[in-house]
Amino acid sequence: MLTFNRRLFSAMALALGLAATPAMAADVEVRFYYPVAVGGPVTKIIDDYAASFEKEHPGIKIKPVYAGDYVQTLGKALTAVKGGDSPELAILLAADLMTLTDDDAVIPFDDVLKSNADKAWLGGFYPAFMENARVKGKTYGIPFQRSTPVLYWNKDMFKAAGLDPDQGPKNWDEMREFAKKLTKKDASGAVTQWGIEIPSDGNTLWLFTGLTTTNGVRLNNAEGDKVTIDHPKVAEALNYWYNLSKVDGAQPSGLINWGTTPRDFIEGRTAMIWHTTGNLTNVRTNAKFPFGVAFLPKNSQYGAPTGGGNFYMFKGISAEKQAAALTFVQWMTAPERAADWSIKTGYVATQPAAYETAAMKAYTADFQQAIVARDQLQHAVPEVTVHDNQRVTKVFNDAVQAVITGSKSTEAALKDAQRDADRILKEFK
Amino acid sequence: MISSQQTGFIARIINTAAAWLLGLVWLLPLLFAAWAAFHTSANTAKLDFLAPITLSNFATAWAAAPFARYFMNTALLVTGILIAQFILCTLAAFAFARLPFRGREALFSLVLIQLIVAPDILLVENYRTIKWLGLVDTLPAIALPYLASAFGIFLLRQTFKTIPTELEDAARVEGCGWFNILWRVYVPLAKPVYLAYGLVSVSWHWNNFLWPLIITNSVENRPLTVGLSVFASLDQGIDWSIITAATLLSSSPLLLGFFLFQRQFVQSFIRAGIR
Amino acid sequence: MTYKPQTTITAWLLVMPAVALLGMFTHVPMIGSVLHSFYSTERPRRPSRFVGLDNYAAMLDDPIFWKALVNNLIYALGSVPFSIALALAMALFVNERITGRGFLRLAYFTPTVMPMIAVANIWIFFFTPDYGLIEQVSQFFHFPAHNWLGSTNTALFCVTLVAVWKEAGFFMIFYLAALQQIPNDLKEAARLEGASGWAIFSQITFPLLMPTTLFIMINALINAFRVVDHIFVMTGGGPNNATTVLLFRLYEIGFKYFDHGQASALSVVLLAVLGMIALGQFLLFDRKVHYQ
Repeated sequence: MLTFNRRLFSAMALALGLAATPAMAADVEVRFYYPVAVGGPVTKIIDDYAASFEKEHPGIKIKPVYAGDYVQTLGKALTAVKGGDSPELAILLAADLMTLTDDDAVIPFDDVLKSNADKAWLGGFYPAFMENARVKGKTYGIPFQRSTPVLYWNKDMFKAAGLDPDQGPKNWDEMREFAKKLTKKDASGAVTQWGIEIPSDGNTLWLFTGLTTTNGVRLNNAEGDKVTIDHPKVAEALNYWYNLSKVDGAQPSGLINWGTTPRDFIEGRTAMIWHTTGNLTNVRTNAKFPFGVAFLPKNSQYGAPTGGGNFYMFKGISAEKQAAALTFVQWMTAPERAADWSIKTGYVATQPAAYETAAMKAYTADFQQAIVARDQLQHAVPEVTVHDNQRVTKVFNDAVQAVITGSKSTEAALKDAQRDADRILKEFK
Repeated sequence: MISSQQTGFIARIINTAAAWLLGLVWLLPLLFAAWAAFHTSANTAKLDFLAPITLSNFATAWAAAPFARYFMNTALLVTGILIAQFILCTLAAFAFARLPFRGREALFSLVLIQLIVAPDILLVENYRTIKWLGLVDTLPAIALPYLASAFGIFLLRQTFKTIPTELEDAARVEGCGWFNILWRVYVPLAKPVYLAYGLVSVSWHWNNFLWPLIITNSVENRPLTVGLSVFASLDQGIDWSIITAATLLSSSPLLLGFFLFQRQFVQSFIRAGIR
Repeated sequence: MTYKPQTTITAWLLVMPAVALLGMFTHVPMIGSVLHSFYSTERPRRPSRFVGLDNYAAMLDDPIFWKALVNNLIYALGSVPFSIALALAMALFVNERITGRGFLRLAYFTPTVMPMIAVANIWIFFFTPDYGLIEQVSQFFHFPAHNWLGSTNTALFCVTLVAVWKEAGFFMIFYLAALQQIPNDLKEAARLEGASGWAIFSQITFPLLMPTTLFIMINALINAFRVVDHIFVMTGGGPNNATTVLLFRLYEIGFKYFDHGQASALSVVLLAVLGMIALGQFLLFDRKVHYQ
């Protein structure tokens, strides 16, 4: 009853606010926390968007706040909320959804959407992105900068190894065979060219989810209060990864740094890598050789986790600001913008309509690789999204790293991790 | 039989060689930074002296972050901290060194605790305090925990104690009050200590990272180090050319300063008798 | 001793600003850490409440805490002696007339003025597998390839090495200052009596440097618990927590998981460690000489 009243009240306030907007002379300021996780002058793209938006919508001022990486931005946003100084909007990890709702920091967009057109807008995004945007039927996240991992391969090296340069590996066995063939050693036995690199230091769990998903196992439930770690299929996925180094010697041993992996690929030190589609533009600009982009190879099925950031709207802001913020989010996620953003950065455009725009068609016509990530979306699952997400993610990362570095057996690592994760999630049941 | 003169000569050669080897190893990161920053990223890992020199990395780095703003923030920050430290530490050190007063020893022992427990350790509580003061995400918030420095007080007190009281007595005879005595006698004689302490303080706060990271949110209030950390956490991975260019940009004022004033700096440390 | 009331008032006014700030950001937070460590973390639907020793129990039950503690001790035991030894060697090198003395002083000191957060990226390059500097050198000598930062058994060594690199040059300055105050005639006399270079060093120079060594040791020990910037960039505490030290863990719990109750308990542990260092200092130092 209480919530109903509150919602009714906010709807009324919203209506009043909207009615009042044109008459009000003062600008509505929308503060927007943005994590700089993309290289290059990405802040400039955002600044330009904000400026064009302001031109089209006099009366609304957008103030982007570049608050560091995702984790730092999350911290800043949560502290600001506790301090009663919430920003109106932020782009934060889709996976931090429950951290935000548990902290009662964000409001569902359903509360601010009024017309049927607005509600239809929610239905326009790829379903794979919406899966970890909702809690208990309410939509808290609007997809903006979203990605999935894909496999990049060096066509010249494939040719040199006698493989079809136009075909990436289709399944686990193929990837393993290819990787072995692609590994080259010099006279002294030192490796001069690696077959594959799947980074294990940085976004570890995300890439691991790629392995578990293609092996047909989901790591968490939809409620985000249960994780599956101590499971034969998870163990199989982890062993497959480890054995690429340990048994086949086709992948460097020890942890592989997320940050140096694209560099390794561009400089021809490895024939294949798993990395984010967010890297397409970077690889395209810097690689001196033809390269291909493929789905993550399947074992029992295709699959990949989605990743990246969603728009969130914060609690405790006026109805007037909510309306202004919503206008901005809708503008930012419109198909033309989604296409433009995807072309400039390599992120996956968040809705099918974006791929129908003229700009996108022109872009993909001579750059087919950009389509792969989109097509993979039909197989995609949300990345691990649970309560106390940062902590649980660390449990996963530690387990994977312990095995990859050879400091724990797979069974022991997964068993410990299951116990630790269960302990963290206990209080959310 | 080798004469002692010869052994001395050989020993000196070995000594010099070891010193230079150590020096080169110590300088390697800087040398690499200089190499990578002036070459395209394709040439980062290759030692090819014919590779073309480029300035584009500096342009890219400069454009990728609001460095002008960061520089200004850091400059304001270190200057503000330094001035406050000089004033606060001088006053306190003078009292501890030369004014006999009730509770002096106990109070000084309390001050010395900060030599051991640096503000860096007390992140969580200091965050609470700053929030309580309503200063989160401001430049003063970065500076506040460091303004009163036990090291500064300790150092100046030691120095003031070595200054002969006759000088003070002479000034007193001329009718000077404590402020004049402090300003005319003590401060000038402690100049090397101020210089040495000042340089340490500036280089420490120029490079301080964790606390500013926690306490600032916005570009407007962020110092260089926090701005730099963004380069280190990119989705696309590390581009050493850009990072090294940014590193050189941000440390160049200190490097240049130390390069120019190296002799004075070392001398002042020696005269300050910091040990 | 009798105190003049007027002097006491003046003195208190002089020390007040510094003492007030110190109290606000050192002493009060120290007490605050202890108090808050007995309270649960405030959550939206669960206000902070007194939980007794629960935070400590959870901490002791956390294997990562123990790992961080052990890592930190290794980090301290690894970095302290090496930075002291190297600082002394550097000071001895550039104290004498040596070719390129100014350049060498500069070279040794540069790490002090460079931001660790950025330099750490350069060190990543040095430690990178295959084409990193260290690997290139070891390939030249046909050593087997090694993934320095990506292995649990060498990552901690790497971050310790970077800490030594960062600190030795700074400590050199203190030794240099001390060396210049050792009267030359002492060494001359010994030399005339036929003492060898080593004998002069071990019998005269080193003992005279003892107070400096102790001072540096204490500072190096304290730094081993507060210098963590490079760990953020180089390893993020990994692989599998192999480079997680106490302050890094404190940041993680306090500002990544926002669990301030747990973070307070960990702060108290750090304070206890520093307290032990202080006690050690008190026992080692002759207080009269240094504080009076």
